[in-house]
Amino acid sequence: MDAILQVDNLKTSFMTSGGEVQAVRGVSFQVKKGEILGIVGESGSGKSVTSMSILRLLADTAKIKEGAVYFENQDLTKISKRKIRAIRGEKISMIFQDPMSSLNPLIPVGKQVSEMMKEHHPEKSKEELKQNVLELFAKVRIPEPEKRYRCYPHEFSGGMRQRVMIAMALANHPELLIADEPTTALDVTIQDQILHQLRELKHEYGTSIIFITHDLGVVAELCDRVLVMYGGLIMEEAGIDDIFAHPGHPYTMGLLASIPDIEQDRSKRLQPIPGSPPDMTNPPAGCPFAPRCPYARRICREELPDFVEVGANHRSRCHLQTAGAPADEHNPFAGGKQS
Amino acid sequence: MLRYFMKRFGMMLVAMFLIILLTFTIMHAIPGGPFTSDKKVSEEVEQALNEKYHLDKSLPEQFFQYLGGILHGDFGPSYKYTGKEVSEFISTGFPVSAKLGLITIVFVLLAAIPMGILAAVKNGKWQDMLVMGAATIGVTIPSFVIASLLIYFFAFRLNWLPTYGIDTWKGYILPIIALGGYSLSYMARLMRSSLLEVMGQDYIRTARAKGLSEPKVVWKHAMRNALIPVITVLGPTVANLMTGSFVIEKIFAIPGLGVYFVNSVSQRDYTTIMGVTIFYAAFLMAMIFIVDMFYCLIDPRIKYD
Repeated sequence: MDAILQVDNLKTSFMTSGGEVQAVRGVSFQVKKGEILGIVGESGSGKSVTSMSILRLLADTAKIKEGAVYFENQDLTKISKRKIRAIRGEKISMIFQDPMSSLNPLIPVGKQVSEMMKEHHPEKSKEELKQNVLELFAKVRIPEPEKRYRCYPHEFSGGMRQRVMIAMALANHPELLIADEPTTALDVTIQDQILHQLRELKHEYGTSIIFITHDLGVVAELCDRVLVMYGGLIMEEAGIDDIFAHPGHPYTMGLLASIPDIEQDRSKRLQPIPGSPPDMTNPPAGCPFAPRCPYARRICREELPDFVEVGANHRSRCHLQTAGAPADEHNPFAGGKQS
Repeated sequence: MLRYFMKRFGMMLVAMFLIILLTFTIMHAIPGGPFTSDKKVSEEVEQALNEKYHLDKSLPEQFFQYLGGILHGDFGPSYKYTGKEVSEFISTGFPVSAKLGLITIVFVLLAAIPMGILAAVKNGKWQDMLVMGAATIGVTIPSFVIASLLIYFFAFRLNWLPTYGIDTWKGYILPIIALGGYSLSYMARLMRSSLLEVMGQDYIRTARAKGLSEPKVVWKHAMRNALIPVITVLGPTVANLMTGSFVIEKIFAIPGLGVYFVNSVSQRDYTTIMGVTIFYAAFLMAMIFIVDMFYCLIDPRIKYD
């Protein structure tokens, strides 16, 4: 499969009064045509900043310090503002976390969607735009599109607003859709409907999706491939089956252990990962997860591990996965490479 | 909607009654009366005057008599200027103050909104510093100091503009600047902070993600939201500027409502004080009411029912 987006060694920092916060510290990955790539991580792992860096939608205090984002043979981090605007909403579109605040409260929803089409396709007539919006509303299952067209965001529920956001994001049939925690603010039942919707739309349009979440359960349901981020770095990258069957990084193992399982023995408690994420103004020299890792050795604190191929299309950034790592009881990966 | 209007109107009447009662009580609580003077007046004369203006009656009686007059649109005669009605003061003074005030408001809005937008868009850059520096000076220096400085430089030293009077258009320039300086600075600051806050909202990020250019993001998505606080202060500001500032009117010798008001207070001209106060209060309430109606137009989330 062809890669439609390639991120190379992306480094993004925020310049604050407290110093430089290194939110993303060198991230490389590809998005293939028609796939759903999950990016998982807890708050502050750099997953949202990574996604915002692609379209350069970060606040003024943020700066892309290094790296490149290749899309259609151009580096999105270097092209002019005019050129990136032509891509935003037309070739790459976004869905944001909070549907309650992501729509303009003073503009009818229909107009907010049609505005995006009009911006990139000024040749479309008013009737054509409206017709397109009504079709989109029907597609994302907004009941009574004609009536809803003139409504304002406050007249919609959270789930309905997110459907409007999805309709907006799909308005120009983009090549890539970046969904930044689109279901986090929603009820579980609504969440399920939205995921179903995204999957359907992917099949219909062949749109690639980057799906950012902190919820591995959602990843299991939706994604083809997954990146696990921590401390501004990718810790593990694997296909969806591998990540659940053979997690290749202690952090991923920790995340999996902290998912509630309905069939699990109730006497066993959920296992949260102890500790908190590193301070990114002064990131650790070694593996960022080392202070919280139950298997950490001295080398983990001193030296940042490189990626190790642990299987087909499966890589992990862990010293314990290297060929020279001692295979004792403190190494969860002992007994040969897993994949 | 109609029910809301009625309720609102009823509340305005109650507020009006309380204002009249309070002004009346306070005015009469101060020792002395309109006919107390340095010169000795014979007791018969004073009694005759008090009788003529019903000041010999009990206070509640006087109050209800006055209230009855107002209901018929009669603010009563001036106690100081024989043969003059209070309504005459208002009808001659208010148009003068209102004209100056209206021009000032237009000037304030035309200057403050672009200044605020510029400062917000260029947040932290020299344009922002310049506008905010000027605005800080504008809100801190009292209007009579600004007026005196303006007169000194533009009328006395440079001799470009008249020192007083509004007989020609040139006469308006200095009073407008002195009168509007504070509001201009205040509104520019408000516009800036409000726009900055809106620009940090999620829906602005959405607008950018659509591929809109920055001017379009500001005009189509941020401005209407950012104008809401500005409109809120517009009501009282309009009432304030249009009913006349006694300081500015005194300095520039403008025969507006403010001058009548100040004179009436120092002369204990009860009916004039009452009349002008009631007029001002009614005007202020009407302006705030109009602003509240404007919210309906600008923000669909606000519904009055």
